[in-house]
Amino acid sequence: MIFLRDLTVQFVQMGLVLLLAPLLTGVVRKVKARLLRRIGPPLIQPYRDLLRLFRKEVVLATNASWLFRAVPYLVFASTWVAAALVPTFATNLLFSWSGDLIAIVALLGSGRFFLALAGMDVGTSFGGIGSSREAMIASLAEPAMIMIVFSLALIAGSTQLSAMAGYLLSLQEGLRVTLALALFALIMVAIAENGRIPIDNPATHLELTMVHEAMVLEYSGRHLALIDLAASLKLLLYISLIGCVFVPWGLAPAESDWRGYAIGVLAYIGKLLVGGIALAVFETFIAKMRVFRVPAFLGAALMLGFLGALLRFVSGSF
Amino acid sequence: MGIVFALPCILGLLVLSLVGVTLGHRRSGTAVVYGVSFVLSAALLANGGIALFSAAESSAWLPLGLPWVGAHFAIDPLAAAFLVIVNLGAAGASLYALGYGRHEKEPWRVLPFFPLFLAAMNLVIVADDAFTFLLSWEFMSLASWVLVMAHHHDPENRRAAFIYIVMASFGTLALLLAFGLLAGPGGNYAFDFIRIASPAPMTAGLVLALVLIGAGSKAGLVPLHVWLPLAHPAAPSHVSALMSGVMTKVAIYAFIRIIFDLNGLPEWWWGLVVLVAGAASAVLGVLYALLQNDLKRVLAYSTIENIGFIFVGLGLALAFQANDLASAAALALVAALLHAFNHAIFKSLLFFGAGAVLTATGERNMGKLGGLIHGMPATALATLIGCAAISALPPLNGFASEWLTLQAILLSPQLPQWGLKVLVPASGALLALAAALAAACFIRVFGVSFLGRPRTAVAERARDADPWSRIAMSAFALLCVVAGALPGFAVDAFAPVTTEFFGAQLSPQAAVPWLALVPVAPARASYDGLLILVFVAMSAVVVLLTVRLFGAKGVRRAPAWDCGFPDSSPVTQYTAESFAQPIRRVFGGLLFHARESVTMPPPGATAPARIRVEMRDLVWDFLYAPLALGIEMIAGRMNVLQFLTIRRYLTFVFLALVTLLFVVAL
Repeated sequence: MIFLRDLTVQFVQMGLVLLLAPLLTGVVRKVKARLLRRIGPPLIQPYRDLLRLFRKEVVLATNASWLFRAVPYLVFASTWVAAALVPTFATNLLFSWSGDLIAIVALLGSGRFFLALAGMDVGTSFGGIGSSREAMIASLAEPAMIMIVFSLALIAGSTQLSAMAGYLLSLQEGLRVTLALALFALIMVAIAENGRIPIDNPATHLELTMVHEAMVLEYSGRHLALIDLAASLKLLLYISLIGCVFVPWGLAPAESDWRGYAIGVLAYIGKLLVGGIALAVFETFIAKMRVFRVPAFLGAALMLGFLGALLRFVSGSF
Repeated sequence: MGIVFALPCILGLLVLSLVGVTLGHRRSGTAVVYGVSFVLSAALLANGGIALFSAAESSAWLPLGLPWVGAHFAIDPLAAAFLVIVNLGAAGASLYALGYGRHEKEPWRVLPFFPLFLAAMNLVIVADDAFTFLLSWEFMSLASWVLVMAHHHDPENRRAAFIYIVMASFGTLALLLAFGLLAGPGGNYAFDFIRIASPAPMTAGLVLALVLIGAGSKAGLVPLHVWLPLAHPAAPSHVSALMSGVMTKVAIYAFIRIIFDLNGLPEWWWGLVVLVAGAASAVLGVLYALLQNDLKRVLAYSTIENIGFIFVGLGLALAFQANDLASAAALALVAALLHAFNHAIFKSLLFFGAGAVLTATGERNMGKLGGLIHGMPATALATLIGCAAISALPPLNGFASEWLTLQAILLSPQLPQWGLKVLVPASGALLALAAALAAACFIRVFGVSFLGRPRTAVAERARDADPWSRIAMSAFALLCVVAGALPGFAVDAFAPVTTEFFGAQLSPQAAVPWLALVPVAPARASYDGLLILVFVAMSAVVVLLTVRLFGAKGVRRAPAWDCGFPDSSPVTQYTAESFAQPIRRVFGGLLFHARESVTMPPPGATAPARIRVEMRDLVWDFLYAPLALGIEMIAGRMNVLQFLTIRRYLTFVFLALVTLLFVVAL
């Protein structure tokens, strides 16, 4: 019975993240447009874009290899599995133990690894520029993320996300220095990993500044749809992650009835909305930075994360 | 079984090496030598596996070597674990060489020494006294030196071999002194005696330093690594695979055997030293790798990175053991052993792939490759799996061992010493950095050489390797996936080793539901490679089916889009250098004194713009160059001693005798 319930929660979550991801992207775009005093596309525009792309034929570059065609599926699958492991509205996911936070980070790393390879497959200079910059950004963002994992794991005594959320829910005392440092670092990493302003601009097609868009420049049709959906999922995953660890309120605990789950879903949608709006406001207020400023930005995230972990190593009371 | 079975197999390898001398010039030589090597390695592998899983110990004594010691041999769980690692790599290399070795132009320079090299590595592991150990160690160095010299027509290879033999002799000297200190004035070199006599703290510390030099130089710890990226690529590719994948593991074995087994109980600062050396090697190794253009040299530098990973695990194990945290020490040691096992698999695989590329194109320079995935699909797939595994991507095997190492680091707040409290998270950060850079490095390796458009005509014509090489590569690629999905079995297999040293072991992993990996407690951390693999595969299939059912089906081939400017020449692609340029700008200035200078032609002129990059190897400049200069100067001064009269020589002999008598008398 418990098995069935947890299995249902797991599947509902997998469906939910897939359904909500384009909506989140739509919200961010709409809010940004409104802040710029434009009307902006309707909220459901990302769904329409995806449907349109799915229905279009694929135009493959002449010398694209089998890897180029396999990568969208691999990227989407690894991102989806990673998103399925992050507790969104309930902690009792059936398979949440099959990968902890380190594994989730590494799964996203797998997606990036293959996407960067796909960028180099056709053999154009734009693909190369995107892959090379993505590799540079990842080489700093990933250690920063591991340091954040260290900080959180040392506070909660576990690298399992459900255990972390449970521990932070039960936390009685007030703010902790390590948590604050980890939150700042996590937001910085999330911005970099999702290619948002000021690191990268998801809306740009200006050659010298694009990173993610340069990698996927040669994709079209259903392949592009999968990659876009994976990118939306990744954004949703990071907001869910921040929500699950730093604002775990509303998460349905293991023994809850349908009301608990309903509250969980509502709270989750609320968190996503807040996260999306905050992201849009932040992006509107800030300018994109030069590519070679990015290491300084991510280096700061790495140092914040390291400081947080170090404080926990030195004393348990931070 | 056990040692009684292993010794005849090793003897067989030695005999085979003599057969290789006679068969070297015949056509059949390659098939016979590598075929028999494969059978014997497989037998030794099975023997080691049985010894490891049954945790049976066996020993033997032969009246060879020093008259009052004889030759002791033994297989305990540690030796069994490394017999498995070494012979797995050896069997794979032999299988691969059945095909690859046929392209060898002068097989008589390789065939006699290949089995000798295998025999020497096995002997190091089964040796149970210092004399046999050092003798086998030296044989291992010499046999591999001859193999590095196999292509001696290239002056670069001769230089590599020279630096290798100098460093190897130096390393053996350090180990000789370490064993001398351990055996003490009594001079009983059997390990059983050394084990009982626990050394004084000062002596033990000195032994640690000497072993770090001796075994560390063979393994490639920074700053003793300089020979490794020269010598490993110079050898034929199957030997490169053995040297990088397997011989470095023998060095790890030597370190574990001496430090954990023979050198008494550790002190906490030992862990600190080993940890720092490991973390520094990990980051510097991968940064060097990122800046190389030679395919095999990239792989050699990446070995330094992985050795760093293993040493971080060993350092943690020492620190935990010194503080009586037995189960944490067991976790750290298992992580190190598992990484040694995994690295042997994927590094061999990658060298096999590099060898196949070398055979097909004659090129090791990535700048002249590209687009190989079209002509060499099997090699490309196997290499891709190897690249993903070494980049620690789940669900492959590299991630499992990295994950365990990180879990061991997360246990270290229990350590009381302040030095460790600060340096353990720092090395954790360095490891994470090294892992991320490794992913960048292998995106570069695969992306530049296998993807894109061919940069030269040879790369365009390249065709897949022979069936033997393909079988060896596919088998190792499959092993990467299996070992990644089921790491629990390997962890269980290493349990007797940790029991041997710490009296503690991890809870049996095979009993965990769904074959997950649970190093400490289920609530603390768990990882299930098998489930992740199944989930990713299932999600991909579900999406594929959905798209097939509801989406458009058409695929049209057209010229690349490239923002509307499809360029005609493959030269405009990103190269290995340009791929690494952002990372060079971030890290290179500090670590390599990298300087870029761009000369732009004046406006209107048609001359090309030029970019020049200068980099310096600081380790070489500040450690080895002054050392070599000093030795040369001293040698120059002492040159006069060569031209003295017989009277003076006799005076010297007399003085030396008197001095020695004084030393003995005091």
